[in-house]
Amino acid sequence: MKVHEFQAKQIFRSYKIPVPDGDVAFDHQNATQIAKGIGKFPVVVKAQIHAGGRGKGGGVKLAHSLDEVSQHASSIIGMNLVTHQTGPEGKQVKKILVESGVNIEKELYLSLIPDRETACILVIASEAGGMDIEEVAAQTPEKIIKVFINPLSGISPHHCRQVAFGLNLPASVIKEFSQILTRLYHLFVENDCSLVEINPLVITKESRVIALDAKMDFDDNAMFRHKDILEFRDLDEEDPLDVEASKYNLNYINLDGTIGNMVNGAGLAMAVMDTIKLAGAEPANFLDVGGGATAEMVENGFKIILSDDKVKAILINIFGGILRCDILANGVVEAARKTKIKVPLVVRMEGTNVEEGRKILAESGLKLFTAVDMKDAGEKVANIAVS
Amino acid sequence: MSVFVNSDTRLLVQGITGKEGQFHTRQCVTYGTNVVAGVTPGKGNLNIDGIPVFNCVNDAVKKTQANCSMIFVPPPFAADAIMESIDAGIELIVAITEGIPVLDMMKIKQMLNHAGSRLIGPNCPGIITPGQAKIGIMPAQIHKPGGPIGVVSRSGTLTYEVVFQLTGQGIGQTTCIGIGGDPINGTNFIDCLDAFENDPETEGIVMVGEIGGNAEENAAEYIKSNVTKPVVGFIAGITAPPGRRMGHAGAIISGGSGTAQAKIEALKKAGVHICKNLGDIGRMCADVFVS
Repeated sequence: MKVHEFQAKQIFRSYKIPVPDGDVAFDHQNATQIAKGIGKFPVVVKAQIHAGGRGKGGGVKLAHSLDEVSQHASSIIGMNLVTHQTGPEGKQVKKILVESGVNIEKELYLSLIPDRETACILVIASEAGGMDIEEVAAQTPEKIIKVFINPLSGISPHHCRQVAFGLNLPASVIKEFSQILTRLYHLFVENDCSLVEINPLVITKESRVIALDAKMDFDDNAMFRHKDILEFRDLDEEDPLDVEASKYNLNYINLDGTIGNMVNGAGLAMAVMDTIKLAGAEPANFLDVGGGATAEMVENGFKIILSDDKVKAILINIFGGILRCDILANGVVEAARKTKIKVPLVVRMEGTNVEEGRKILAESGLKLFTAVDMKDAGEKVANIAVS
Repeated sequence: MSVFVNSDTRLLVQGITGKEGQFHTRQCVTYGTNVVAGVTPGKGNLNIDGIPVFNCVNDAVKKTQANCSMIFVPPPFAADAIMESIDAGIELIVAITEGIPVLDMMKIKQMLNHAGSRLIGPNCPGIITPGQAKIGIMPAQIHKPGGPIGVVSRSGTLTYEVVFQLTGQGIGQTTCIGIGGDPINGTNFIDCLDAFENDPETEGIVMVGEIGGNAEENAAEYIKSNVTKPVVGFIAGITAPPGRRMGHAGAIISGGSGTAQAKIEALKKAGVHICKNLGDIGRMCADVFVS
């Protein structure tokens, strides 16, 4: 789960990690009020959307007066911000962060992620702050510092030293930097983060260390123990169909193609999408109704797929293991009737009681094509959609 | 022969009194798995179909000499359940539970580095040696005992599909292992490849991967210098969009790494026979393994 920069900075403050003074605003009056409270210029106005590259897209502006704050606030709120992460359709801005500008001496990069391979928390730091870190890693890998922290023993001063000396920090800021890194580590593990990124972390002309930006991502699986973080969820930032599907506990992702598909199991669902593509069509979604799909899940799956106008045909591929195919077939027939399905339906099922299941489908009177295997299913549904 | 589990396996089920735990325990017993104990804290005097239930894994091990544990405990308590089994000296722990926080799994992985236990999963269908022992939730009837093929996969139903097609071609399996779809898991591809390479009855291996992480790339490196048996590989997620989690917590392309294409290239270079269309994998295995 992602949160906005202003929310991340709120969490940073509660861990005493320095961030610029500021607050979130929803209109220009709000914004000037906050700027007045800051009491000095320049002030920075930043669009709050869940995507990077906001500056390049025109979503971050510097203001030297209250009038300018008001102007920038009005122009940014409501704008359609397009960045390399929003896709070409962009994202509408509904709120901004208004905060104090700082005197930058040096920009650094600092992030923490869980490392899959070593099962350690990985600190990544670089002197090349303010740039795209993936580019830095590709072009000047020597500028990237990596320090691995074992989650059982936690962070120690030597980890901080390794990062601080690696960054060639001036002696005057090493202590403050180490304190920030230690707090950031605690923030990371205590909140089950999957990413904390500060880009840039700046050293000011006054020799202070401040997080100018803040990006946090959380482990969805751990949200049961972080009800406070869940309140930061912003449904405006998610695809409406994805949100609807999450209400039914379905694993759904809306995509660009025309073939709706419903599969039990995540790996098999991906493989079915690939099969559709290999047959010459494009999947309209990813939908995993769970390894032990029930008739009710199938019905909910239909509802979600059918509310997507792009869908020209639907492929259902269920591997009935524990769940018997006859029960499943009844579920499909019932769901298809209830949801008044109008697009052609290709069904491939396999597993326990498959013969009875196929019979139920054949006798249902539904406009329905059965496929003998996965490849056949992909080809049938692609043919229907293309013709 | 087989890997990790066989007819000597003495199974304990953590979370045996829950709905899923109970249902799947019965399925395992029906298949012939030797289920010797169950554990549910606070229900230590019950028994399920004659299987004694204990409050703690330690007690269960002492009384029943269980050497393998299957875990159905819900995510908030699953990490603790795994640790309990590690501390009790269980040799093989199979965690079915989906949704364990990554940080919990990181700690467990670190513990496993210094313990004698092997963990399979979490977020997996389990492991089956057809005809001998089923420890997990896979549909038993699709398997064919006697080998000669070993199957290892990150995905549950995808494994069923592969096994179903193998059996359809008359090709049996030695052992099928679901290593799970989480970013951090206990047993990885390399552990299984190594076990299959050293199992005299296994003559070929099917390896099923998916997007996210670099377990497949590491496996490819390993295969190049250590595996002499033929390997057929399939990678799911050519059409998966970057930055989105495709159902499994570990199935995500991040920062341009973890793509299906990169994994396929790495495996091809290691001499793995890549199956492009999953619908063809049975026929392809027949070509590669039988000829």
